[in-house]
Amino acid sequence: MDRIHTDRGLIEFDTLSFDDVSRRFGRRRALAHVTLECRAGEVIGLLGPNGAGKSTLLAIAATLMSPSTGAVRYGSLTARQAGGELRARIGLLAHDLYLYPELTAIENLEFFGRLYLLPDPRRRAEAALDRAGLASRAGEPVLAFSRGMRQRLALERALLHEPRLVLLDEPFTGLDDESSRRLIDRLSALRSGGAIVVVSTHDLEAVEGLVDRVAVLRDGRLAAVEQRPAALRDTYRRLV
Amino acid sequence: MKAFATIAWLVMRKDLTIEVRSREIVYTTLFFAVSCVLVFAFSFVRDGRALDDAAAGILWIAIAFAGTLALGRAFERERQSETLQALLLAPTDRPAIFTGKLLGLLILLGGVEIVLVPIVGLLFQAPIFARPMLLAFLLAAGTVGFVAVGTLFAAMLVRSKSRDVLLPVLLYPVTIPVIIAGVRGTAALFQAEVDEPMARLWITMLVAFDAVFVTLALWTFEPVMTE
Repeated sequence: MDRIHTDRGLIEFDTLSFDDVSRRFGRRRALAHVTLECRAGEVIGLLGPNGAGKSTLLAIAATLMSPSTGAVRYGSLTARQAGGELRARIGLLAHDLYLYPELTAIENLEFFGRLYLLPDPRRRAEAALDRAGLASRAGEPVLAFSRGMRQRLALERALLHEPRLVLLDEPFTGLDDESSRRLIDRLSALRSGGAIVVVSTHDLEAVEGLVDRVAVLRDGRLAAVEQRPAALRDTYRRLV
Repeated sequence: MKAFATIAWLVMRKDLTIEVRSREIVYTTLFFAVSCVLVFAFSFVRDGRALDDAAAGILWIAIAFAGTLALGRAFERERQSETLQALLLAPTDRPAIFTGKLLGLLILLGGVEIVLVPIVGLLFQAPIFARPMLLAFLLAAGTVGFVAVGTLFAAMLVRSKSRDVLLPVLLYPVTIPVIIAGVRGTAALFQAEVDEPMARLWITMLVAFDAVFVTLALWTFEPVMTE
């Protein structure tokens, strides 16, 4: 596997820590006093009902949002200290897919590869399209793609730069069984490669057996953290 | 510095590629600007003679209105697919993203002006070829100042529900010095006897405005885009 070097160098970190993190939007409280540590080589399932604060927590981890109070640390560094070097190590698949519908699949991936200053972005984009099973549709504009195809492409966009911290918000949306299986294999490979993987999902069956820990959010608060829960659906019902 | 230029070039090329495929901004801004000039021509041209200095004012009104339209649409695209977030997530100097967006919009508005200026010259009998280089320089300097402020405001407002209303409300008061300098400089060039020293004076002022506005926009883009 190639090592990713931006022109700014490469930073490594083994933990992502939320330390008493709260976030308010005006008078509405989205997150309250969340303390959680995610470690390299594990997949964390972020569970909770709609509006529990899962996407806000992922956006804060991705440096797209600052916490109102508390701190987020990547190893020993904060986002402010690490800046662009840190962003080079984060891959985010958000609810919105961050793809340009007017550009073709390969143009999208190549654009983001160049934006991350990756070596040989064309080759990387082609390899990513191959992994997504979209090589034969490389030259078609993304607006012609189904939701599932866009989801697969967006996942490749998020992982194109081989990030250390992988943040996935509802990654199974629109995927068929075969694509879901491939995604699970991919997440397992990322875990084996030492990445910190945080997956927010409502698709409990899909991540059953994959997640090493689950963190359950309810009304912006961390309701529970459980190690390798045996029956995810039962655990979820019990905690939420 | 090389990375900064690379990212700015990439963002600009991406914006122009999308525009070449959709032709949405060019067609709408051009149609709007030409309609604006035509309406004013019916009002300010009598018996084949235009009011003094009307051409300069109308040209800059059309540029300002069309520019506002282009600024809004350029960022509406990034909003619809939330791709601005993806750009902000990239490990690059965020002012490079601003610079790329600015360059793309400048090229688009430059294209609109290339069509607009001859139409204004034709309808208002303005001597657009009296000092063509000075006129081109004046238009470029004025457009840079206007679009620099507009790009910053449009990016700031991309998540606001009232962005379409707020953009002109914020943009026009701040860019009034640019528009006044543009109008007076263009009027000096459109006179029967071209007042070249006056045009040069206004161009100098526009370049000074540009330096201030571009510097401020580059300086403030990162903090205003970090939520």
